[in-house]
Amino acid sequence: MIRVQGLHKRFGSQEVLRGIDLDVATGEIMVVIGRSGGGKSVLLKHMIGLLRPDSGAVLVDGTDITRLRGRALDRVRERYGVVFQGGALFDSMSVWENVAFPLREKSRRSPAEIRERVEEKLEQVGLTGMGDKNPAEISGGMRKRVAIARALVTEPEIVFFDEPTTGLDPILVNTIHHLIVDLHHKFRFTAVMVSHEIPEIFEVGDRVAMLHDGVIVEVGAPEAVRGSAKAVVQHFIRGEVEPVPADHTSRPVR
Amino acid sequence: MFSPAASDVWPAPLRPIAALGRLSIDIVLALGQFARFLIHALAFLVVPPFKLGRLIDRIHFIGYRSLTIVILTGAFTGMVLGLQIFLVLSRFGSEAYLGPAVALSLIRELGPVLCAVFVTGLAGSALTAEIGIMKITEQIDALQVMALNPFRYLVVPALVAGVITFPLMVSIFDVVGIFGGYLVGVELLGLSPGTYFGEMKTFVTWSDLMTGYWKALSFGIIVPWVCTYKGFYCGHGAAGVARATTQAVVLSSVLILVWDYFLGSVLP
Repeated sequence: MIRVQGLHKRFGSQEVLRGIDLDVATGEIMVVIGRSGGGKSVLLKHMIGLLRPDSGAVLVDGTDITRLRGRALDRVRERYGVVFQGGALFDSMSVWENVAFPLREKSRRSPAEIRERVEEKLEQVGLTGMGDKNPAEISGGMRKRVAIARALVTEPEIVFFDEPTTGLDPILVNTIHHLIVDLHHKFRFTAVMVSHEIPEIFEVGDRVAMLHDGVIVEVGAPEAVRGSAKAVVQHFIRGEVEPVPADHTSRPVR
Repeated sequence: MFSPAASDVWPAPLRPIAALGRLSIDIVLALGQFARFLIHALAFLVVPPFKLGRLIDRIHFIGYRSLTIVILTGAFTGMVLGLQIFLVLSRFGSEAYLGPAVALSLIRELGPVLCAVFVTGLAGSALTAEIGIMKITEQIDALQVMALNPFRYLVVPALVAGVITFPLMVSIFDVVGIFGGYLVGVELLGLSPGTYFGEMKTFVTWSDLMTGYWKALSFGIIVPWVCTYKGFYCGHGAAGVARATTQAVVLSSVLILVWDYFLGSVLP
């Protein structure tokens, strides 16, 4: 279980996270939605230990990872798989080498076992036979799938997806979402997914949390969030431009 | 909140002093970060696992790929030295000392410095750009979340490769340069080959070779240190990588010259 408690983060004068509280239950897919630049990726980076908060905690099975460093933090990260926004594939390696990389570096498996596992993962993401390609030679959708295969190759307990469908066409968005749901059914990992694919994302998450202005304004089952009475949630779901506060419009013209 | 970081909180007459203070603090912080970067990397030199494959790749990246430019520039440096020194020496009737003059200039000074500057332009800039692009495309973050230390993969192999390849490249530069001087002095201007090499054997001592070696070795640390550091801490986007690459080449070149002067004054 992951528990985020009172997370605050400021970059210069801008307070990006203003007291985030969020629980992610073991085995569920938690989707974090919210406007671009609203702090979703910053929250995710705190959960994977790439950023340290000004205050607050991220508890993974009771251990506060914001206080861990070095080997202790690595031990928690060994349970993680992360799919980055742009894929973050190593461009000096082939697709096959990218997927094999975490196994080669972090496991004691034999080359034959690694080969078998990598072929299996490539097959699961529909990329059989593409192993020899270079990441630069394949399409955006394929890159995302390679990134998913690489994140899952070590069979992690917790998988983080940072906008895994950004920049893809609607058909590819659904393909990737189905892939994630299928893999989740198969491996039952805990997933935290940052996304703003509305309304498709409601079909993916077990629960949805909305981040707005550095705080979680709504969290619950997809239907509950969809039916939320909060104006800010409804504006976001419907893609409506938020009304400008009254004091901005009522300023006298001189 | 009252914060000394915000320039407008200070009364106007004090602002230049506040700015100077802030600049000084920034410089000291940057120097501290720069030094800590090297110490952090050196710590991984003694902690296994060692990435032999990455080291071989970096030796190829820094050393092998620079060979053509090292040979080419070494040859022409030697030829220019041969021509210019011959013209000067001939005014005093001392052409016989061309060999040692070319060899000492190359071995003690020009070999290590020019070779290091050329390799900085070729491999050092590529090193910064490569690491910078890995940073902005989250590849370094990806290494970290795989519980793999990016220093072990990106910095340590480059430093060790620099220490191995720089003395070798400088040796090649020196040898090719000496033959460049031979071509001009002996083949073109008519000095006897026996005089060229014989006088060289008399005047060039072991301590001259060691001076060149220590310089090459230290440049082999400075160049990968600066270039990987700049890549690691590059700014955002393509502009950030471009700026980091320029800064890496400029800072490496300046440090090479400053360190060369320092070593030149303390070594025999």
